[in-house]
Amino acid sequence: MLQMVVCVKQVPDTAEVRINPRTNTLVRAGVPAILNPYDAHAVEAAVQLKEKYGGQVTALSMGPPQAEEVLRRALGMGADRAILLSDRAFAGSDTLATSYILAAAIRAIDRETPVDLVFCGKQAIDGDTAQVGPGIAARLGFTQLTYVMAIDGVDLEKRQIQVQRKLEDKREVIRGRLPALLTVVKDLNELRYASLPALIRAARATITTWSKDDLDLDPASIGLKGSPTSVRRIFAPPARPGGELIPGEPRQAAAILVAKLVQTKIIADK
Amino acid sequence: MAGEPAPVSWELLGAGRQLAGALKVELAGVLLGQGVEGLANEAWAYGADRVYLVEDPVLGPYRTAPYARALVELVQRYRPEILLLGATSMGRDLSGAVATALGTGLTADCTALNIDPATRLLEQTRPAFGGNVMATILCQRHRPQMATVRPRVMPLPPRQEGRQGELVRVGIDLKEEEALATVLEVIEEKGKAVYLDRAEIVVAGGRGLGSRENLRLLEELAGVLGGTLGASRAAVEAGWLPPEYQVGQTGITVRPKVYFAIGISGAIQHLVGMQNADVIVAINKDPEAPIFKVATYGIVGDFLEVVPALTEEFRRQLAARST
Ligand SMILES: Cc1cc2nc3c(=O)[nH]c(=O)nc-3n(C[C@H](O)[C@H](O)[C@H](O)COP(=O)(O)OP(=O)(O)OC[C@H]3O[C@@H](n4cnc5c(N)ncnc54)[C@H](O)[C@@H]3O)c2cc1C
Ligand SMILES: Nc1ncnc2c1ncn2[C@@H]1O[C@H](COP(=O)(O)O)[C@@H](O)[C@H]1O
Repeated sequence: MLQMVVCVKQVPDTAEVRINPRTNTLVRAGVPAILNPYDAHAVEAAVQLKEKYGGQVTALSMGPPQAEEVLRRALGMGADRAILLSDRAFAGSDTLATSYILAAAIRAIDRETPVDLVFCGKQAIDGDTAQVGPGIAARLGFTQLTYVMAIDGVDLEKRQIQVQRKLEDKREVIRGRLPALLTVVKDLNELRYASLPALIRAARATITTWSKDDLDLDPASIGLKGSPTSVRRIFAPPARPGGELIPGEPRQAAAILVAKLVQTKIIADK
Repeated sequence: MAGEPAPVSWELLGAGRQLAGALKVELAGVLLGQGVEGLANEAWAYGADRVYLVEDPVLGPYRTAPYARALVELVQRYRPEILLLGATSMGRDLSGAVATALGTGLTADCTALNIDPATRLLEQTRPAFGGNVMATILCQRHRPQMATVRPRVMPLPPRQEGRQGELVRVGIDLKEEEALATVLEVIEEKGKAVYLDRAEIVVAGGRGLGSRENLRLLEELAGVLGGTLGASRAAVEAGWLPPEYQVGQTGITVRPKVYFAIGISGAIQHLVGMQNADVIVAINKDPEAPIFKVATYGIVGDFLEVVPALTEEFRRQLAARST
């Protein structure tokens, strides 16, 4: 039996976010909100472990009330229950404050039934920070296993998990003690399609909501106040000065270009 | 900066040197590992005034817990204003744990770092929302100000042979049981674009290639130039090249002397990974393609004609020059 928590975040589909160059503010209107793609793989991983070893999967999200949507998606994929952490006091939390709040919620879950595994996505595509997972692991003192691309197995007796981590130019096989926190990459698994009954169950499920008063929190450590980082300004990415179009038929153009590159010795002789 | 040195460590020393200069403070490097003392010479050569060295068998293979503990203790003892790490997998794994333990702010994947002379604050600039937006982040009241920087974003500083500095050995009481994990095996992934981020010439293809077969034309060009192949995400998603070849926001950042963008439109997520190239050559049949806005040289045309012509011209002109 494994007690598992999956942290899922609702994010704007970043392909659609633009900046208004006049006002330097984000144009988010009409941008669809989605389940962070890596988190979907985290849910899938937990559900697969539940199928293999038995246990329970809790999907956990901090966000505005609309974030319920991504929790329902997780339920449709096989999570057993969902908890939404929602409070105005959480607004403006950076990664340090976010991991503080999520860790407090995991502690509360742990008090009911001890938690063996926490899953996060490798990173959230809105900020791409990859900091919340390690932050939660550090606060809970869980074994931290990031960039997990395969789960080889869990030894419930010895309380160990063996995984493979995806690093730049290598793969690492590592065994960690439970409880552990895993951040996962997309190679880990193929997502399943939610079945119709599962979708109906997910749509009807009640989602537990916890506010700041349901958790043991220091008010100075949440929201804007609890966030050491702040955004000074946002702006459109600077454009690199454009250059020279080389005219002519392919052969001519190629000859001119090559002459330029060879003359300036940018391309040296081999 | 741990164990086997990732080249980004030296790039960080270059960036750190400038920040230290602006703040009029010293620049220190940190070496954690086992049998890594020899690297102190490298750190001095690349600009460190001082090196903190923690050698311990527990730090042999990288595990988060002992590395984080060692770095946290160093920070608490020596109180740096700024702490920089490489945004490699290991660097990001470690920085998140360390920033949390220190209760300070951390800005990931910075592409520019500057000191505001009035406030002495570190201005940390990074792409957000998939590269569509840049944000400058401050960490006003907590220390150290922590940032990770992607490999190849900052230039490698010149190596000053024989430059010496101070070595500070620090003993930290680490226990194997507290490592929480055991590395059983490390499997090198052979045949991958491991050196793409260090390549001097990158020949990259996008969706415009149309098929895997057409990659051959790029391979021939790369072959003549001694270059390395690269890809846009669209080319990777089409299955023409494996993910390790992807350049951009969710791929590798490159900083070659010459970057050929062939059949690549120039989406912002691609540009953030290659716009630090010294020279960008774009080949695209669409004169309106955004890649031409960043290209040093552009040729509007069908790559099926342009690329073989380039390969042949390079062959001819390089041969002519060497005789
Ligand atoms: C969060 C996020 C992260 C992303 N990360 C990355 C990333 O890391 N790297 C990345 O590359 N993308 C990334 N993308 C995707 C990116 O937005 C673009 O979709 C992608 O870069 C497009 O690839 P492309 O230029 O090859 O294809 P397209 O945009 O389809 O461009 C193909 C080009 O080929 C040209 N062409 C067609 N036929 C020919 C021909 N015969 N000869 C010459 N030219 C021809 C066309 O004119 C066109 O300009 C990301 C997107 C998101 C939302
Ligand atoms: N508000 C949130 N609610 C739930 N999980 C989150 C939240 N923010 C981050 N996470 C988790 O932390 C991972 C990394 O996020 P980030 O550090 O923001 O890149 C995500 O993939 C989620 O699993």
